[in-house]
Amino acid sequence: MTSMPKDPMLPVPFRIERVQRELSDTFTMEMVPKDGGAFSFKAGQFNMLYVFGVGEVPISISGDPADRSKVVHTTRAVGAVTKALDALKAGDEIGVRGPFGTDWPVEAAYGQDLVFVAGGVGLAPLRPAIYQAMANRERFGRVVVLYGARTPEDILFKKELERWRGRFDMDVAVTVDRATGKWSGNVGVVTKLVARGGFDPLHTTAFVCGPEVMMRYVAAELEKKGVARSSVWVSMERNMKCGCGLCGHCQWGPHFVCKDGPVFRFDRIADMFSIREL
Amino acid sequence: MPGAETAVATAAILQRDALDGLIKALRTKGYRVVGPRVADDAVVYDDLDGADDLPTGWGDEQKGGHYRLRKRADKAVFGYTTAPQGWKRFLYPPKQKLFAARRTASGFAIEPPPPPEPPLAIIGARACELAAMRVQKRVFGDKDYPDPGYQKRLADAFVVAVECSEAGDTCFCASMGTGPAVDSGYDIKMVELVDKSRHVFVAEAGSAKGAKLLKELKGDTAKDADKGAAAARVAKAAKAMGRVMETATAKRLKDFPEHARWDQVAARCLTCGNCTMVCPTCFCTTVEDVTDLKGDNAERWRKWDSCFTVDFSYIHGGSVRTEAAARYRQWITHKLSTWHDQFGSFGCVGCGRCITWCPVGIDITEEVAAIHQAEKPAAKGRK
Amino acid sequence: MVQTENLGRVIDEHPFFQGIDAKLRELLIGCAKNERFEVGEFLFRNGGRAEKFFLVRAGTVAVEVDVPGKPPIIIETVGEGEVLGWSWIVPPHISSFDARAMTLTRALSFDAKCLLRKMTADPLLGYEVLKRFVPMMAHRLQASRMQMLDLYGPGAEEKPAKKVKVEVVKAVKASKGKNRKADALLAAPEKPLKATKKADKLKKAEKAKAPKKLKKAG
Repeated sequence: MTSMPKDPMLPVPFRIERVQRELSDTFTMEMVPKDGGAFSFKAGQFNMLYVFGVGEVPISISGDPADRSKVVHTTRAVGAVTKALDALKAGDEIGVRGPFGTDWPVEAAYGQDLVFVAGGVGLAPLRPAIYQAMANRERFGRVVVLYGARTPEDILFKKELERWRGRFDMDVAVTVDRATGKWSGNVGVVTKLVARGGFDPLHTTAFVCGPEVMMRYVAAELEKKGVARSSVWVSMERNMKCGCGLCGHCQWGPHFVCKDGPVFRFDRIADMFSIREL
Repeated sequence: MPGAETAVATAAILQRDALDGLIKALRTKGYRVVGPRVADDAVVYDDLDGADDLPTGWGDEQKGGHYRLRKRADKAVFGYTTAPQGWKRFLYPPKQKLFAARRTASGFAIEPPPPPEPPLAIIGARACELAAMRVQKRVFGDKDYPDPGYQKRLADAFVVAVECSEAGDTCFCASMGTGPAVDSGYDIKMVELVDKSRHVFVAEAGSAKGAKLLKELKGDTAKDADKGAAAARVAKAAKAMGRVMETATAKRLKDFPEHARWDQVAARCLTCGNCTMVCPTCFCTTVEDVTDLKGDNAERWRKWDSCFTVDFSYIHGGSVRTEAAARYRQWITHKLSTWHDQFGSFGCVGCGRCITWCPVGIDITEEVAAIHQAEKPAAKGRK
Repeated sequence: MVQTENLGRVIDEHPFFQGIDAKLRELLIGCAKNERFEVGEFLFRNGGRAEKFFLVRAGTVAVEVDVPGKPPIIIETVGEGEVLGWSWIVPPHISSFDARAMTLTRALSFDAKCLLRKMTADPLLGYEVLKRFVPMMAHRLQASRMQMLDLYGPGAEEKPAKKVKVEVVKAVKASKGKNRKADALLAAPEKPLKATKKADKLKKAEKAKAPKKLKKAG
């Protein structure tokens, strides 16, 4: 791991090695520490990415936790900083602080069926956990990836999903809210995929990532199937300025989403989901 | 600021004139001495050159949404309750440069941090203010990500505490258990005794460096009667608190997120954020990036922020807390209830500043009392 | 016609009627039939009499709406283990969508007339069937509402972040003068929409250049 500077607010310079366009507004960047060191993180953690002179933004790490040679981020350009990120290219430099936050407890799920439920760009923060699970495939029962996107054009990591679908030891189902073009796959919300099952609810750990409303409905559907709330994990999003519990912005009830999350066990936060404007 | 060192020194009696010696001695030792002085019709904490700068003979009058200086009948130096802004301004400045970066051929370079500032000597800290320092020490003392700046400034500071002889109308430290007696976190603590016959301070050291300085000031040994008189003043202040916090209900605020009271208080709340600015424990900040016109030099600044702004909770697409009720609820629930989950104590020390400086006089103790009233088993109040 | 024994087994295997009383199951079997649909074949058509409903055993069926001049809009897909069609219980018993087999589909169909007659004669059966249909319909309604929420935000298509800005400016310029008309206010919201359409075209042109991405991932 890159030695964390004493001051957690000081970014470490990284060089962008490769930029890959995923969707028209979403891109993946691979970067390496400028000083040549390694970077290690746990699946589900995030970094604060600093664009020189523009600002900083929290972005989940979407790469393989086993690969310490680089750090990979998949970002959707929606705000000022992410749009500035989008304008960067290979060779440019970027500031990185992190990794911050809690991780998907992949190892704690050994011996269980593992169900990943992702919505939209929510597949990106789950991908490291999927890599980790598949690297330890024999440790799990079934490995199921359920993914919902808006339209077929919005499906993230299409090639990878297709590759995973081709594996005999992985069940992958994709659905879109709205079919376009020659789409011949599922149409409907991602909860429908959960309802179809294909895992043993009593011995399942589920990792869910997507818009908050989607996670709420998916968690409810998993519960309906018989998966315990304590076996469901979700990844939250809030405004963050520091990433390490100092700025106060990400507070959600008693939690700092940046350091107590972003990955939360569902039973610990389920009640808060129903409180408006918390 | 001393840690858990035991106070070994016996109490000393310092004459009024010794204050100048104290300030000058601290300046000689390289401290930046800050303490109370009168400016802009208020007692403010600012740099002190000598004892002449102190607010001799000044007191204050504080009520909900009301603050006035008033002339005292005596020449008390610490005869006011609290300054509008606490010591947070010095220990965690409103604007802090996080780093500067310079564009280079390959990208950018982070500039080395500026040399450390001289240590602070804090003159006249109240018990509630020391409690606030302890609270912020925990907030900025995460085991993985402490704020090195805050920790250093606090650790290096020399703290002269002055126990309150009087309590203000918006004070409620007694019910918060944070004052008015000072029990830790000081190098020297004093009680001011003013009457017709004398004007002295009963002083005690709370650390080795405090004891050393006290010795230099050459005070007489305090008699039991002096110590008794000092304790009596403080005990009297404890009984004169203008407000009381219903602490048991305060801790439970997070259990009432849908309480009708939130809408009632929101109807008055201007969401101006004054309470967060004067609160000695509020710690939220935002960051601001600035560049020069060429774009070759960038700086990143950390600035105090307030959970009362709409932007505070912005995530792409919109803010989480758009309603004033949600923002007030967030502030008070955090301060009194969820702070326990996060840092193991109240985030409120009972200084009363948020009451005094609220333009519409919203009273944190009154809001808790209202919910307490409604939630009493016999009450009909709705949840 | 398949033997009734086999039909009974098919009913048992499908989650929808699982656990139903043996006597009622016999009544169901009497109205059931095994069916097979080739790709592109319709299970029912919009506007047609709703004479059946289906327990899908294998394959995927698209529930869709035909749009003149455009490919049909798929509302949802129904697959293995799910139920298709409820217009048979709801007067005036007319199907409101097309159901088209997207893949080779095997389904158990139930004759509506037959079943309704038995349900009227035996309210216990009627209750059993409705007890299973109502939650299914509620789930479908809930799912439709979620689809309407557009949870994943504006998609790539509608928001070509960079180019749309220029187009909006152009659209505003083009509308100069027209704004003087009183009814221009009503038309105003359309401007950005037009801009988006233009941007869409740009997007499509871009896409045509891009290497073909896979069309089928689900």
